[in-house]
Amino acid sequence: MSAVVAEHDDHHDDHHDHGPAKGILRWIITTNHKDIGTLYLMFALAMFFVGGSMALIIRAELFEPGLQFVDPQFFNSMTTMHALVMVFGAVMPAFVGLANWMIPMMIGAPDMALPRMNNMSFWLLVAGVLMLASTLFMEGGAPAGGWTLYPPLVLQTGKAFPFAVFSVHLLGISSIMGAINIIATILNMRAPAMTLMKMPLFVWTWLITGFLLIAIMPVFAGAVTMLLTDKFFDTSFFDAAGGGDPVLYQHIFWFFGHPEVYVMILPTFGVASTIIPVFARKPLFGYSSMVYATASIAFLSFIVWAHHMFTVGMPLAGELYFMYATMLIAIPTGVKVFNWTATMWKGSMTFETPMLFSIAFVVLFTMGGFTGLMMSVAPVDFQYHDTYFIVAHFHYTLVPASIFILMAAGYYWLPKWTGHMYNEKIGQLHFWLSTISVNILFFPQHFLGLAGMPRRIPDYAVQFADWNMISSIGAFIFGISQLLFLYIVIDTIRGGTGEKVSDEVWEDAHKHGLEWTLPSPVPYHTFTTPPTEIPTEHI
Amino acid sequence: MDQNIPQKNLKLARNLLIIAIAMFGFGYALVPIYDVLCEWKWIERDRPDAIKQAKEMAYEIDKEREVTVEFIASLNENTPMIFRAETQKLKVHPGEYHTVNFYAENKKDTDINARAIHSFSPAVVSSFVDTITCFCFDEQVFKPKEAKKLPVRFAVNPELPKQYQTITLSYTFFDNTEKSVKK
Repeated sequence: MSAVVAEHDDHHDDHHDHGPAKGILRWIITTNHKDIGTLYLMFALAMFFVGGSMALIIRAELFEPGLQFVDPQFFNSMTTMHALVMVFGAVMPAFVGLANWMIPMMIGAPDMALPRMNNMSFWLLVAGVLMLASTLFMEGGAPAGGWTLYPPLVLQTGKAFPFAVFSVHLLGISSIMGAINIIATILNMRAPAMTLMKMPLFVWTWLITGFLLIAIMPVFAGAVTMLLTDKFFDTSFFDAAGGGDPVLYQHIFWFFGHPEVYVMILPTFGVASTIIPVFARKPLFGYSSMVYATASIAFLSFIVWAHHMFTVGMPLAGELYFMYATMLIAIPTGVKVFNWTATMWKGSMTFETPMLFSIAFVVLFTMGGFTGLMMSVAPVDFQYHDTYFIVAHFHYTLVPASIFILMAAGYYWLPKWTGHMYNEKIGQLHFWLSTISVNILFFPQHFLGLAGMPRRIPDYAVQFADWNMISSIGAFIFGISQLLFLYIVIDTIRGGTGEKVSDEVWEDAHKHGLEWTLPSPVPYHTFTTPPTEIPTEHI
Repeated sequence: MDQNIPQKNLKLARNLLIIAIAMFGFGYALVPIYDVLCEWKWIERDRPDAIKQAKEMAYEIDKEREVTVEFIASLNENTPMIFRAETQKLKVHPGEYHTVNFYAENKKDTDINARAIHSFSPAVVSSFVDTITCFCFDEQVFKPKEAKKLPVRFAVNPELPKQYQTITLSYTFFDNTEKSVKK
């Protein structure tokens, strides 16, 4: 299926006075949800390439045993900064960008609830990431103790330490404001006919993610503030000499950190649940169970944090509790995977690029989920802890899951945003290169981890040489393939295939979501009067 | 559009902001909560301040078994001291009391306040080792160039599970002078 030119002509001449401001200032002062969504997405794409380049430095160094290109301190900075940039600069902002673009259009609202705050949260994000990036050029180098910032190691960071802490504060404030805005939009701005249980799942997952963010970002801000006062103001929260305990930091950090990983995966689930039914030409299987599963995962995320620290010397009761609670998460997650599969079952599927990425997500995310289940078993985790096995695990749940779904979302909505069709051939080439190389990149890391290769090291024993080389080759193919996506985004904005896309873009998509009832490209202002009819094919 | 929506938005945003601020406080509340939880008998394991001065227990000495206890002395970052264990390794029967000495010396020409933090390896054995005398209970003050012999008196509880044949007891001295002077 593809674009069919719509016959009806709906040039809307009622809003000429409210068009975007002229020139560059448009992007700085804008309060329009579509403009801010675009800013977020562009910024995230840029950071995806920055963080990706850092990953390639890591993989280049690990191509062979021995020290080749960078010194160990810089290597450690790269692992730390790669994680921080990808989590706080790429994946989270990309989903906030999608939320900005799509949520008002999906629920029939004219804009976000608090448009000025929306602008501010974007620019604070830029400030936070720039401050983080500036630490690379400071005396003593960027933070190198891992993105978890564990004391006492992180307290040895040079001049960069307070800047890293303040950048976490800025990023936290930005996400909290974004989350408040999204929750207020969803709860207050829906079209009257859009009841909660008719909302598209992307909206549902973001509503829940918003609450997660509000609950956890302040806790992280508190933890890094304690680090700051420990270092400069003689407090002893984590300083053993003053009666503190470094393990306490790990508890506070992971109270934030575990829900944080769901902040990155729940909107992923939402987009997958939006795309798969359209290309399977069936309603989503088990809509309400999807909503409840999302809520259960969010709840469970708050009570399982210590499975990240099975090896710190917890009492047996603690190990058992966190082990069983963690295993419980497999149930709602299994419900989701089952529902996606059942949605595709006997559907009239077609395999355009968004669907290809979504199917790869279902398969590869499930693999990441299984290794997660393996590590939930406390006694076994003692072997996996801090090895490449955990690196393989969380990259499977983030790269071929969150990143793939972000790609799918790009392909899925770009025609609606720009009014142009992307080049399907290059899209599919991008998909196949990404899917094959991502497995060459991360699958061998399972073997390395099981064989005992520790994470965050610039050099390794020769027995790990072969799989590291294969993994690095996969990394370079994967990294270079992503330039195709950049090309497609630019090409589509500038006209794409030249084919004029219809309003619904994908066959019968207007039955699945309100955004497809709007013209393509979407006008600057939409749903100034709330729609009265709600498509229900997605539920 | 409903006229009340801007007000409803602001009200909701304010309430959500209050939740966020409360969660910032909750992060700090985790500090005392953690301390309380770690005091619970069944959760107590390996806190740095977990060693409490105790009376010598009359254990039944288990002559059948021998446990190797290793002693490690280390210094944190820039602590200006010499610190070593005078006994590296000791074979003991569970239930027996032994005293070993550590040697510590101030390398500087000024007073230093230092505090030793202990740790057990494997971590789970910590509740099976009774320490009666230990220099880690209190902060130690060293005069310039002063050297001290620091004793540790301990016994291994005979209830120690059989699979543990080697226990490592390590002490790390932290230079606490700055913080102590400020107090």
